[in-house]
Amino acid sequence: MINWLSAILVIGGLIFFFGGSIGIIRFPDFYSRLHPAGKLDTAGQLFTMSGIALYIAQDASLHTFLTAAKIVLIVIFIYITSPTATHAIIDAGVRAGLKPWTKEGQS
Amino acid sequence: MDPSPKRDNGSPDTSVGAPPSARRNTTFFLSFIICFILWLIFSGRFDAFHITLGLISSAIVSFLSGDLLFTASRPKGILRMWVRLAWYIPWLLYQVFLANLQVMYLTFHPRLIDKIDPQIIEFESRLKGDYSRTTFANSITLTPGTITVNVTVLGRFSVHCINTKAGEPLPGEMEKRIAEVFRE
Repeated sequence: MINWLSAILVIGGLIFFFGGSIGIIRFPDFYSRLHPAGKLDTAGQLFTMSGIALYIAQDASLHTFLTAAKIVLIVIFIYITSPTATHAIIDAGVRAGLKPWTKEGQS
Repeated sequence: MDPSPKRDNGSPDTSVGAPPSARRNTTFFLSFIICFILWLIFSGRFDAFHITLGLISSAIVSFLSGDLLFTASRPKGILRMWVRLAWYIPWLLYQVFLANLQVMYLTFHPRLIDKIDPQIIEFESRLKGDYSRTTFANSITLTPGTITVNVTVLGRFSVHCINTKAGEPLPGEMEKRIAEVFRE
């Protein structure tokens, strides 16, 4: 039962990762590509990591619990660092003077 | 005649001088506890040797850099603030999930170019503190469709939106909730 639940979570996370990769290719410019790159990844890793943590923690002992706690800490750190890194990249683009893609400019 | 004005000038300094040492102890103690809990989780060994090593190194780290972690001038309210922040996070995760589905929809939409209309919007925020602004900026970036480009010292946010619909709710409810967390 828990095996199935964690498998579903991992597969759901992989779908988000897949969407992120496709989005990087399909969006038109530097700034809009950061939207799928920086954020579908955070959702993907949340699902994947919680699936793995659930799978590890199903036989309850101290060491599996500690491993699950480490995975939860990884999730928390990524949730702090990923938006910061995305912001740093987009800020570097603005400082370098790259103009954002707009619909009016294209058509 | 001379000493009395001097004492008047001197007395505020001594009254202000007392709290920082107490504050330093509090920040040292809090960061020591956090470092030691992290040590216990990451090492996973509970024999006397490893715990002693953990105590020594957490003490050294929190002595050297304890004032980096807690820079707030009100150490009394800081625990309640963390509890309120913990209540804010489930709501944020729910928003992240909803908004991720929107970006997934956009990504796999056949006419992607028609659906998006990127633009940079600007708005003033009423948040004042560093922590609250950082939390707000990171929350904006986490909810898909919007990325914080810049935050000025005066609290002016520039946000890159993927389309007008994504940028409409800003600052809105998220700012209200963060202001509730940080009591501003």
